[in-house]
Amino acid sequence: NMPEINVTPLGAGQDVGRSCILVSIGGKNIMLDCGMHMGYNDDRRFPDFSYITQNGRLTDFLDCVIISHFHLDHCGALPYMSEMVGYDGPIYMTHPTKAICPILLEDFRKITVDKKGETNFFTSQMIKDCMKKVVPLNLHQTVQVDDELEIKAYYAGHVLGAAMVHIKVGSESVVYTVSVNKYAKSHISAWIDKCRPDILISESTYATTIRDSKRCRERDFLKKVHETIERGGKVLIPVFALGRAQELCILLETFWERMNLKAPIYFSTGLTEKANHYYKLFITWTNQKIRKTFVQRNMFEFKHIKAFDRSYADNPGPMVVFATPGMLHAGQSLQIFKKWAGNEKNMVIMPGYCVQGTIGHKILNGQRKLEMEGRATLDVKLQVEYMSFSAHADAKGIMQLIRMAEPRNMLLVHGEAVKMEFLKGKIEQEFSIDCYMPANGETATVTTNPSVPVDISLNLLKREMALGGPLPDPKKPRTMHGTLIMKENSLKLVSSEQALKELGLNEHQLRFTCRVQLQDPHSDPDTLHRIYTHLKSVLKGYTIQHLPDGTVMVESIVIKVSSSAEDTNAKVLLLSWSYQGGEYFFTALCIVKRLMYQ
Amino acid sequence: SGQESAVLSPAKKLRLSKPSKSAALHVDLCKASSSTDALQYLLTFSRKPVEAESVEGVVRILLEHYYKETDSSVRLKIASLLGLLSKTPGFSPDCIVDDAINTLSSEKSHQVLAQLLDSLLVIGSQLPESPAVRLRLIEVAYKNLSDSSFGVRTKCLQLLGCLGLLEAPLGKDTAMRDVQSIISDYFGDQDPRVRTAALKAMLQLHERGMKIHQIIYDQACRLLSDDYEQVRSAAVQMVWVLSQLYPESIVPIPSSNEEIRLVDDAFGKISHMVSDGSWMVRVQAAKTLGSMLQVSPHFLEQTLDKKLMSDLRRKRTAHERAKELFASGEFSSGRKWADDAPKEKLDTNTVNLIASGACGAFVHGLEDEMFEVRNAAVEALCQLARSSPSFAEKCLDFLVDMFNDEIEEVRLQSIHVLRQISTHITLREDQLDTVLAVLEDSSRDIREALHELLCFTNVSTKECIQLALLELLKNLNKYPTDRSSVWKCLKFLGSRHPTLVLPLVPELLSTHPYFDTPEPDMDDPAYIAVLVLVFNAATSCPTMPALFSDHTFRHYAYLRDSLSHLVPPLRLPGRKQVYGLDSVDCGSGSGSVESAQLFLQQSLNRVSTIQNLEAAGAPELLDLTIRDLQRLGELQTELAGAADFCATFLRCQLLLMKALQEKLWNISVPLILKQNITVTAAAQQVLDESYKLEFLYSGLENRQVATIHHVRLQAKALQLILAARTRHGLDSLISSCEKFLQDVESFQRLFLTELPHLQDSFVEKLLELLPRLSSCKPVEQVKILQTTLRQSGLLQLRLPEQIHRATATIIEPTGESDNPLRFTSGLVVALDIDATLEHVQDPQNSVKVQVLYPDGQSHVIHPKPADFRKPGPNRHRLITQVYLSHTAWTEPSQIEVRLLLAYSSSCSSRLGWTDAMDSLHPAEGTVEGTIPFSKHVKVFIMPKPARR
Repeated sequence: NMPEINVTPLGAGQDVGRSCILVSIGGKNIMLDCGMHMGYNDDRRFPDFSYITQNGRLTDFLDCVIISHFHLDHCGALPYMSEMVGYDGPIYMTHPTKAICPILLEDFRKITVDKKGETNFFTSQMIKDCMKKVVPLNLHQTVQVDDELEIKAYYAGHVLGAAMVHIKVGSESVVYTVSVNKYAKSHISAWIDKCRPDILISESTYATTIRDSKRCRERDFLKKVHETIERGGKVLIPVFALGRAQELCILLETFWERMNLKAPIYFSTGLTEKANHYYKLFITWTNQKIRKTFVQRNMFEFKHIKAFDRSYADNPGPMVVFATPGMLHAGQSLQIFKKWAGNEKNMVIMPGYCVQGTIGHKILNGQRKLEMEGRATLDVKLQVEYMSFSAHADAKGIMQLIRMAEPRNMLLVHGEAVKMEFLKGKIEQEFSIDCYMPANGETATVTTNPSVPVDISLNLLKREMALGGPLPDPKKPRTMHGTLIMKENSLKLVSSEQALKELGLNEHQLRFTCRVQLQDPHSDPDTLHRIYTHLKSVLKGYTIQHLPDGTVMVESIVIKVSSSAEDTNAKVLLLSWSYQGGEYFFTALCIVKRLMYQ
Repeated sequence: SGQESAVLSPAKKLRLSKPSKSAALHVDLCKASSSTDALQYLLTFSRKPVEAESVEGVVRILLEHYYKETDSSVRLKIASLLGLLSKTPGFSPDCIVDDAINTLSSEKSHQVLAQLLDSLLVIGSQLPESPAVRLRLIEVAYKNLSDSSFGVRTKCLQLLGCLGLLEAPLGKDTAMRDVQSIISDYFGDQDPRVRTAALKAMLQLHERGMKIHQIIYDQACRLLSDDYEQVRSAAVQMVWVLSQLYPESIVPIPSSNEEIRLVDDAFGKISHMVSDGSWMVRVQAAKTLGSMLQVSPHFLEQTLDKKLMSDLRRKRTAHERAKELFASGEFSSGRKWADDAPKEKLDTNTVNLIASGACGAFVHGLEDEMFEVRNAAVEALCQLARSSPSFAEKCLDFLVDMFNDEIEEVRLQSIHVLRQISTHITLREDQLDTVLAVLEDSSRDIREALHELLCFTNVSTKECIQLALLELLKNLNKYPTDRSSVWKCLKFLGSRHPTLVLPLVPELLSTHPYFDTPEPDMDDPAYIAVLVLVFNAATSCPTMPALFSDHTFRHYAYLRDSLSHLVPPLRLPGRKQVYGLDSVDCGSGSGSVESAQLFLQQSLNRVSTIQNLEAAGAPELLDLTIRDLQRLGELQTELAGAADFCATFLRCQLLLMKALQEKLWNISVPLILKQNITVTAAAQQVLDESYKLEFLYSGLENRQVATIHHVRLQAKALQLILAARTRHGLDSLISSCEKFLQDVESFQRLFLTELPHLQDSFVEKLLELLPRLSSCKPVEQVKILQTTLRQSGLLQLRLPEQIHRATATIIEPTGESDNPLRFTSGLVVALDIDATLEHVQDPQNSVKVQVLYPDGQSHVIHPKPADFRKPGPNRHRLITQVYLSHTAWTEPSQIEVRLLLAYSSSCSSRLGWTDAMDSLHPAEGTVEGTIPFSKHVKVFIMPKPARR
């Protein structure tokens, strides 16, 4: 019965969103991520926790929960699980995730409860209570959850605080990565030890994508902004509060600095300010460039970017404004858009995808006349640009990670089944390892072949080393003799004498005797002497003795000759050997036999 | 341990050596009551140097104590001292080799053992000439290679790498295996540190000239996938070395029947390492790629391969899209929704996800998260592109992309790289557009590098020229200080693309076929920029001047005069040549340089006919020649340095000649006071000029330096004679005579090899007379000197290949500004200084800024090393701020700023500087001084009344 690791996705199995994966390893149960699904408004938005237990609290069934990063599809169901279903165990996440997570959860709650009027949803207090259960992680810090289970976080990319987790019980281990290095410059930005886990669990959203260099896209973006500013136009960039907004801010801030530009850049207030504050705090979690400039100043202490005030929109002259929300469907970004839409000098840059029905989607599809509330129409004269920044970790990034970690098995989650299929094929082909892609509720089982540690006594080791030449050649295995003692879950290899002593046993000699019948006309002593001289001549380098009591000793083998009373020619050859001497015995026997049959 | 020493003591040889140091140490060590005490003594002892002659004694005392010592930390210290002591200069450690090796046999501690081996390595490298010692040490290394401690094994491998015999001992000892195969056994060691050491040892063997066997290649390749980064990094180096040794060998591709060249295989493997997990390895791999020039073009081009896909459909890269847009005639778009939409469906089998081999190595390298890797990749790209024009063409897009890197170093590096490969390439319009966008960068270094690049860039269309001009004018407007750099850039742009500029001329000069247009402002830097472009294009486009309007011709004449380095001579129809100068310049080609060179040589030959310094007519001839040379230097810029050098040298000779010719030497002392002053001044001037000759010109050979020193010696002799005549006192005379003789001796020592060339010279005669000179009285010495000096001949000057005069031009401040710099007296004001330096060696140490205050005070300021940039070969740029401060200042007045070249000549400087460093006093005869080598620039400064 080999040990197994079971992985069961409760969400994100051959699906995108609602990440929640159960892992049971070495008798421990771990939940990786606890996310929500953006596409549903009913029960389906949260993972099905009844899979774990029908009634009662989850605490008894889970040893810990680990959250990889702050995106809602990875942490959105956390208060529901811990407060409403019931879980009191530890929840692990990195420091930045712990800081930003509650902001997003609160925002999510507000939209669901205050705007959509849902009841039976988690409350602000629940978010707070939930966050109290969080244990923060540092990068590369090994945290002992209990005596056997340990986890270690690695840097996973440029979503602030995103982490890969290495989970280890005994010699079995699992690595979970979300590879969300969305804003990474390269395919490699996440780094992990060559830890050779039993399973590497990875997201595969962009399994069928290999993306272009980020530099080209950035350059295009900056060029467009710059040109508009130069001809005195205003630029509106609708964004969502977290992640990309900060990325673009830094990009513009640096560009302004580099090009010595003077036009003001504004950032709409509210949620973003709070988020910027956290980015400011967790500077060490950001990329090399930001870290490097930090020596001089904090990159998030923007020099050129100021907070936006409603009245600024009417100011003359060029300016750049970041405003929420990102799809121009409501709020400040829409208000500004209405004001600026009529001037062909202005520009709006949509940095992300827009859902159908939003104004963002309409203008991107070239609509130049928009119907607003109250039958008013809006002529869109300003330029509309689309800037694709959706550069997620692509197939290459995942392959890179596999190369780095060298897992024994691969498991894909958080992606569409068709795309996973492709990546699965590639992984199996390139690395010849098994790749799994369980659906929700389906369990993937991997049998492990854990190495069993054995303590070896130093004396024995030294003795064996002394026997076999200078240093053991690391390329060649060598056999050694010893006694394996299994005692209270520990294994020990000691010399047989010590084993006897430890176990309080007496040593027993085990001797085997073999009778060989043969015909020989000579007298007994003559026969024995013949045997003796022959063995002496054949077996050089062995100790062969003719003892006065009428026996011949070859090493530990005793040879005796006796003849039966009836037939003096019929001789019986007695060979006796201890079990250690077995290897010599057959040699001796063959020689003697050959001699007799000559 | 007492027993041990008793056993070993017969082996020790007793030698008597000076007891001083060793005795003291012995006493100290005997006094030591505990190991800690002993360690303390040793630590204090190791801080002081030991004289070479007492090293051996000290070592013996140490070893004696070593055997007695039970504490391993003390033994460790002693072991390390063995190594330190054997490095003592002047000490040959062969006498302690045996004893040092003997210590190994009884040592139990692995740490001490490792340290002993380390010391043996030091001893071994001190004795490179002794094969017997080497053999013994190698034997020791072999013996200890099987030690169980990684430290010992590492040291053994190091020893083998540094001392291993290059030729295997032939049949002498079959048990002694080939050193390479022994080291390669440890490629598979269980400890990564030992594996690294083994690779390093092998590399060391290679560096020492041993040919590494090809079998190592496979083993090294296997180590490329080691778990530890230091092993992988060393393995990359190893693979590279082998690829350079056996580039054309054929190796099989695993799991196929195909075979490829070894260098291609290695290139592929190292390319793979560009996406390694450790950035150190990535840097190493990227750097290494650059030096693999023998790689097949097919493999090379794969490094730039990138296939994009989206949802399994092929996607065009931004580069491809830009190229297509350019081909279709549409420029700058991206306004369309989803113009990067995926195209055809891909066959899943052909998609290569993990970059195998060289595939996309540079694409990864250039997009790496760490700028160190990106920089290394850019550098490698440059090296490869320089040797392959087709590759240069292909990597253009990638390099241009790097102009927008987020780290300035990378941007700068890629601009430099593009300049270096620019002979191979022509920029497309869209590429040029990206390049030009960088002109607005606020970093001056970036802009200047870009100007430099534009000077060498080829463009394809007239729109490109227009675009470049437009952007450069924008640049000029935004950063007016870039003026000269922008002008220079346009000069080259014009002369490179005359046919592209031609159709633009009417528009550029805003001429109109029927109407007269208003005359542009001649002082407008932008207008000058346009004119520079046009005039330079006109040199090789004779039809262009027909398009000029009248004022253009006038402006030409003006600019030709005021900015002659930017505006070339033009043959203008129906116009007289404005300058006679032009006629010389017009024909300026290689022919005229040759003729000028000939003229220079002839002048020198003519001068060399002068027999000695008293020959009749010699001063006139010298005078004439000096004038000729000065003029030549002005006309032929290529020879300016040489001509100037010769002229200065001849002027020295002339001055000496005049000084000696004076009748004064026959007149009695009281009457000659006046002449004396002129002669003293002349001697001083010759001395000063001689320093200028030595330090202001680059490209001098030892022979010229000898000649210069000779002149200096003559001047010193003259000074001595003058001093003797004024008779200040016998004591001072004696000391000056002695000093002079020392100078002569040091001259002899320094220029021993040059003495044969100095026949019939002052110094040769002097050396002949040296025995007499050093024995006679000072007064007599002076007399001898006087006659020798007067009789000695003129030294013939032989010109070196290339000789350049160091020059400095202060660009900023211009000295033209009427706006005074305001400051509060007593406080500090910063003055920006921008200067170009040409042909200055080691400017960080030699160039100083001098500020002269109106009251005659002067300050010398040393700019920071970081203030110097190197925009081109033999050219430096100094951009710095000097802080001015003065307490008593009430009226606005001018200060003067100039640059100085500092020099320091010491007799020992050419012998090796270590000796000079050791002695506490600067070597005698050191002369330190400064040579002003730029014009004065005046800055108007106005004090503000101090606030109360």
